[in-house]
Amino acid sequence: MPLTEIIGPVMIGPSSSHTAGAARLGRLALACWGEDPLESVEIFLRGSFAYTSYGHGTDRALVAGLLGMAPDDMRLRNALSIAKELQFNYRFDVEEVDGAHPNSARFVFTGKDNRTLEVIGASIGGGAVELQEIDGFKVSVSGELPSLITIHRDTHGVVAAITKLFAEMEINIATLSLYRKSKGGMASLVIELDLPSPPDDSVKQAMERAHPSIIRVLPLYARGGTSK
Amino acid sequence: MRSLGDLVALSNNSGCSFIESVYQIEEQETGHSVETIRKDMESRFDDMALSVQEALSGNWSGKIIKPEAEKIGTYVASQNSEAFTSPYVLRASQIAIAVATYNAAMGRIVAAPTAGSCGILPGLLFSYRDHFASEKSELVDALTVAGAVGAVVASRATLAGAEGGCQAECGAAAAMGAAALVALREGAPDTIAHSVSLTFKSVLGLVCDPIGGLVESPCIKRNGLLVSVAALAADMALAGIKSILPADEVIDAMGQVGRAMPETLRETARGGLAVTPTARRLASEVLHGRW
Repeated sequence: MPLTEIIGPVMIGPSSSHTAGAARLGRLALACWGEDPLESVEIFLRGSFAYTSYGHGTDRALVAGLLGMAPDDMRLRNALSIAKELQFNYRFDVEEVDGAHPNSARFVFTGKDNRTLEVIGASIGGGAVELQEIDGFKVSVSGELPSLITIHRDTHGVVAAITKLFAEMEINIATLSLYRKSKGGMASLVIELDLPSPPDDSVKQAMERAHPSIIRVLPLYARGGTSK
Repeated sequence: MRSLGDLVALSNNSGCSFIESVYQIEEQETGHSVETIRKDMESRFDDMALSVQEALSGNWSGKIIKPEAEKIGTYVASQNSEAFTSPYVLRASQIAIAVATYNAAMGRIVAAPTAGSCGILPGLLFSYRDHFASEKSELVDALTVAGAVGAVVASRATLAGAEGGCQAECGAAAAMGAAALVALREGAPDTIAHSVSLTFKSVLGLVCDPIGGLVESPCIKRNGLLVSVAALAADMALAGIKSILPADEVIDAMGQVGRAMPETLRETARGGLAVTPTARRLASEVLHGRW
């Protein structure tokens, strides 16, 4: 583990898993949604997130992340009132789900254009997080490397088109995972890139054009802020 | 960073200091240049300095714990010669309590290695700055030595209270701090390792039993108390006292004790101090009707 993770993260207290991890999770879920105008976000707390939220400021941290704040952003403490000022429409609820990670949350985004996105993620300790499900696709993404996720139709040539694209751009792929709901149905490719910082938008756009079966590309990296 | 024994051997075989070995291994493992690693650790140190400054400048309180750090300052000023511990340790304790309270008040801190143990290293390092006026670069190197010890603990055992109890959080922070102090006094590489062993031996089995699951009690005062163990372990090691067992084996034992610990004593607030009658009453007062 790098020394900056042992001495770190820099964060708003009091808990690395319930505060810093929650903020990082909210931010990663927001990155997944993208930049389309939002109508509302519903957050369903699971396990210990549901029971110790008040004591650890988990609710504030999740909303802070959904507003794009990093875990060390001083505004995190006032995230709920900032959300109110910005007329950011969110709602918390609690749910019990068998087999759910003990520190996890389900986010349901609804856009102004009625597009919806469901993201499930967990805070797995020390401020680290894992996205576990995106619109029904079971995935495993940490967000520690800049990552991109495709939503595409399960046809031949999509993986080849994407890997060819990154070969041409001379960007090394750190990990590559392919998921599908059914043969010939919807599929998803999760790509973690060996880049020190997020790529510019042209990479996402090039991926969207790489193959006709690709419907959407979700960028999984937060913009701005000072700490990962 | 998997073994303190390897770091000591690397230093002894190549005739370099412990910190130089740390930078060399970190460069190999992360692919970052030594310059980048130093810069990143300096940035962590700056954030830590800021947290100390903020923590000491306000009367922060948690949901259960009230501001108490200043009481040590008042005590030292009123009867300095009567105090049992040295002015260095008392100042370290004051800073540790202040930073840990600031964390509970949702202040901006550096988890070192965790949020629950975030007062110990700032206490030891910034009291050192106040009393012995070290150069910033030496303090950054000391923080890096502490980080290396933490990395070995993370790799061989754990730094999470939920996995290993408080010995893995505040205990590890104290061991990391002892190593940092020995490094500041330019102790030999094996002296650094002995200070780590001595610290862990005195905190082995320490459970994580926070009232109401909040990172407040006993966490905050434990931060303030364990700086003394770190300081004494550093002094003992510098005096030439050696641990019979190598540091890596002591760390392995800490991990094994952690795994053997019942879950009620690993950050679940279902055992130990967290379930005494008073703790239950405090928890229900603070958390009642909230989620």
